[in-house]
Amino acid sequence: MAKAYTPGLLVTRHKTHRVMRRLPISGEVKVSVGDTVTADDIVAETSLPGDVNPINLSNQMSLPPKDVVECMLKKEGDPVALDEPIAQTKGIFGMFKTTVNSRYAGTIETVSPVTGQVIVRGAPLPVQVKAYVGGRVVSVRENEGCEIEADVAYVQGIFGVGGETHGRITMACQSHDQEVTPDLITADMQGTVIIGGARMTVEAIEKAREVGAAAIISGGIDDQDLKTLLGYDLGVAITGREELGITVIVTEGFGEIAMAERTFSMLAAHVGNEASVNGATQIRAGVMRPEIIIPLASIPADDADQQFEEGQLEIGRTLRVIRDPWFGMIGEVSGLPSAPHVLGSGSKARVLEVKFPSGETAIVPRANVELIEE
Amino acid sequence: MPRPATRTKAVDHLMSDITAIDPEKIKVILATDCGSTTTKAILIQFVDGAYRQTHRGEAPTTVEKPFADVTMGVINSVTEIGELAGRRLVGDDGRIISPATETEGCDIYISTSSAGGGLQMMVAGVIAEMTAASAKRAALGAGSIVMDVIAANDGRRPHDQIQRIRDLRPDMILISGGTDGGTTDKVVQIAELVAPAKPQPRFGSDYEMPIIYAGNKDARDAVSSVFDEGGFDLQIVDNLRPVLERENLSPARDKIHDIFLEHVMAQAPGYDKLMGWTGAPIMPTPGAVGDILQTVARLQGINVVGVDIGGATTDVFSVFDETFNRTVSANLGMSYSISNVCAEATMPNVLRWVPFDMDERELRNHVKNKMIRPTTIPQTKEALMFEQAVAREALRLAYKQHKEFATTLKGVQQQRTVGDTFSQETGGMTIVNNMKLDLLVASGGVLSHAPRMHQTAMLLIDAFEPEGVTMLAKDSIFMMPHLGVLASVHPKAAEQVFDRDCLIYLGTCVCAKGSPKPGKLCFKYELSGSLTDSGEIAGGELKLIEMGMDDRAKIILTPARGIDLGAGPGKRVEKEVRGGTVGLILDGRGRSLSLPEDRATCQATVQGWLDSLDVYAEEKEAVAV
Repeated sequence: MAKAYTPGLLVTRHKTHRVMRRLPISGEVKVSVGDTVTADDIVAETSLPGDVNPINLSNQMSLPPKDVVECMLKKEGDPVALDEPIAQTKGIFGMFKTTVNSRYAGTIETVSPVTGQVIVRGAPLPVQVKAYVGGRVVSVRENEGCEIEADVAYVQGIFGVGGETHGRITMACQSHDQEVTPDLITADMQGTVIIGGARMTVEAIEKAREVGAAAIISGGIDDQDLKTLLGYDLGVAITGREELGITVIVTEGFGEIAMAERTFSMLAAHVGNEASVNGATQIRAGVMRPEIIIPLASIPADDADQQFEEGQLEIGRTLRVIRDPWFGMIGEVSGLPSAPHVLGSGSKARVLEVKFPSGETAIVPRANVELIEE
Repeated sequence: MPRPATRTKAVDHLMSDITAIDPEKIKVILATDCGSTTTKAILIQFVDGAYRQTHRGEAPTTVEKPFADVTMGVINSVTEIGELAGRRLVGDDGRIISPATETEGCDIYISTSSAGGGLQMMVAGVIAEMTAASAKRAALGAGSIVMDVIAANDGRRPHDQIQRIRDLRPDMILISGGTDGGTTDKVVQIAELVAPAKPQPRFGSDYEMPIIYAGNKDARDAVSSVFDEGGFDLQIVDNLRPVLERENLSPARDKIHDIFLEHVMAQAPGYDKLMGWTGAPIMPTPGAVGDILQTVARLQGINVVGVDIGGATTDVFSVFDETFNRTVSANLGMSYSISNVCAEATMPNVLRWVPFDMDERELRNHVKNKMIRPTTIPQTKEALMFEQAVAREALRLAYKQHKEFATTLKGVQQQRTVGDTFSQETGGMTIVNNMKLDLLVASGGVLSHAPRMHQTAMLLIDAFEPEGVTMLAKDSIFMMPHLGVLASVHPKAAEQVFDRDCLIYLGTCVCAKGSPKPGKLCFKYELSGSLTDSGEIAGGELKLIEMGMDDRAKIILTPARGIDLGAGPGKRVEKEVRGGTVGLILDGRGRSLSLPEDRATCQATVQGWLDSLDVYAEEKEAVAV
């Protein structure tokens, strides 16, 4: 049988998942191997060097830079409060002195005799890293971070905005192809991860934000709605640092597109369970997709569907077409011709035959399909 | 303490290897280019008295997890070549076999790399338009992506500048500023912004951030003392702008290459091993492309523009009167950055190139879907036409940025005569002159893999708007990076392969500059040689004359009043033209190119142009993608 490798998004009822929790710079790790943690537990913390604020004393005192050092009231390493005098000119016969007060609180880091500039370093900025996913600590890197392992149900989204959050799963839609509208969002969804079906409207997302939901997940979103939500047109898909007050994840793509039925039913099976979600997406070398992680209390029985090798394109596999003219349609691989095929565009490419649930078949470039991984 | 501006041992070792190479003994050359997603390998062999590219292979790049070893992708691509060539290139020990015998191995193995996002730098200078611009030119010329330019007059407050430096994670920083004997305190002030910011390098927390100082020589000691505290690896080279009238970019560029090799590459997974295999230093991919274009421009005495449009970025290279410039338009590309192209160009500007109606809301969703699934390809003709419309705008914007950057030196005092009274020309004028352009070379998926070469030619003409007589070509399989490195060890082989196998000549275009009246005479032409023909081109008209790859002809052009074809408005031009896979294109649409504002008229006009060049005609032999 012909085989080819095609990447797909992972949707699985069970996997043993590890997350690395790392400090940006060296610090203290607060957990040990074997500890059990919840999503909100702080696992590591440190302090970032404070903000750096330059003050040009040479200009402010109208002195040559080399004379600034002699006028300093504070030495390098001295703490300084806001509006505290840091330098004073000698004046004329001890009178008409000019005093410069610090516009910043912190510590005097350097006094430059070349430029007459003083650097005031602000107070250290505390940084705390939370566990994000509840589970067991399986390794600790000294001063750096730890790795947490958990048995989870896992869904990889295609695109998201907003960072890490967590909450209990609630359902807004009754079926995978139901549009998410504001009337489906209710006040009792506060702090939860809302699961929708097909396209979610910007009004629905705003309502979810109003009620204080942690995240909202659905099959599709209109680009115009995303623009309204962000307040700008997204140029490149590097997200995760938006401060929207809610994390938004799309599982399938842009437009009126329904969530894959399997993804929907799997998420629906976990209503009331805690889920950790992250909308961060980076579509570059070293791609990063948004994720929905649901820690499991017990491991489900073996999945009978798991009969294919990961990433292998084989007859009978379920896939989604990810480019027009059949964009969003789900079907099964029904043929894998080895010879390249001339497309309607005039290009020659390797293709496959896909059979849709309606019985209709289509020839699609292999580059334009995505396996639905289980 | 700063290190003197000498080459490191690792680089010295490779350079001594290069000088020990006897070009006459090199008959089999293996070259790879490790890109972010694909590693491309080519085999060059000495066949019938000339160097020819004989086989190619490619494999996914393996620099990311789970493989995390770039050599695996290299070996896979080389193994593919070996199978195609019937030549064993990889030994049982998993290394490339060298030197060559009759049936196996190669005489030299070379490589370029842009894996892991390529070389990323931050540059700083005192004045944005002068020393900082020169520093940017040095960094770009060395093949780097410039993440930001910090200058004393960049309009940002010092603490904003420091915050920006902290947020960036460059591979290295280039500091310039002041002419020799000029300002010192401003240069030191720049250093004082960088040192307390303590920027962290992108790779590896245990290596010190390399800083190259290439500014006023009188400020060297003061700058050194600013970085004394540690955490930096300061290296000092000659001032890149010793006087306002002259740039001296080579020492800074060489140092960037050394550090790229020694620090950046050494941190990327598997590169330490790869560096042990190559017979010449690994170069950043765009740096190598720049080198081969400069070599060709010098050897043939021509002006060249090259473009490489990728998924995320578009690189434009130009050599005009032996002055080389390179720009990287970081967010103009055809997949990862396609949404940004539409946002920057605006959708009406993209759609003006599409000769039929499209639903804008649906298109916006299509564009975003391409952005999040960047490897998809257009299946229908309509999807292809839309994608090529986006490409025209991406190329147009990238070239505009290039023209704004490739200028004469700013800040140079100019002596003026009475004759200059009405001339407003000052320093900082662009040196990109489309009328003097001889060769326009295209590479990158959307150009190289267009189903018909006519589409590539049309895209180039619409986006770059060449003037006068210009040759069009495309890089057949993106071989320019390999040849750039090869030029450093074996220029003869590089030039031969460039001319015979690398470039596919599309043909020549003759484009009228001026505003010809629609339907009225724009210019007359007369061809003699391999082809004999004559006729007239009207304003707004495009005409294609078939001229094969080996055809050469003399063309005499007589422009109408006010129309310039290279010798001045209304003046006759006589030139030799060569054919290609497309032929000779005569363009009477005028420059700058303008399209009707009314949507229906615009669609009809564009359809007319596409028809005259047979751009989307059915073709039996399609191009594999």
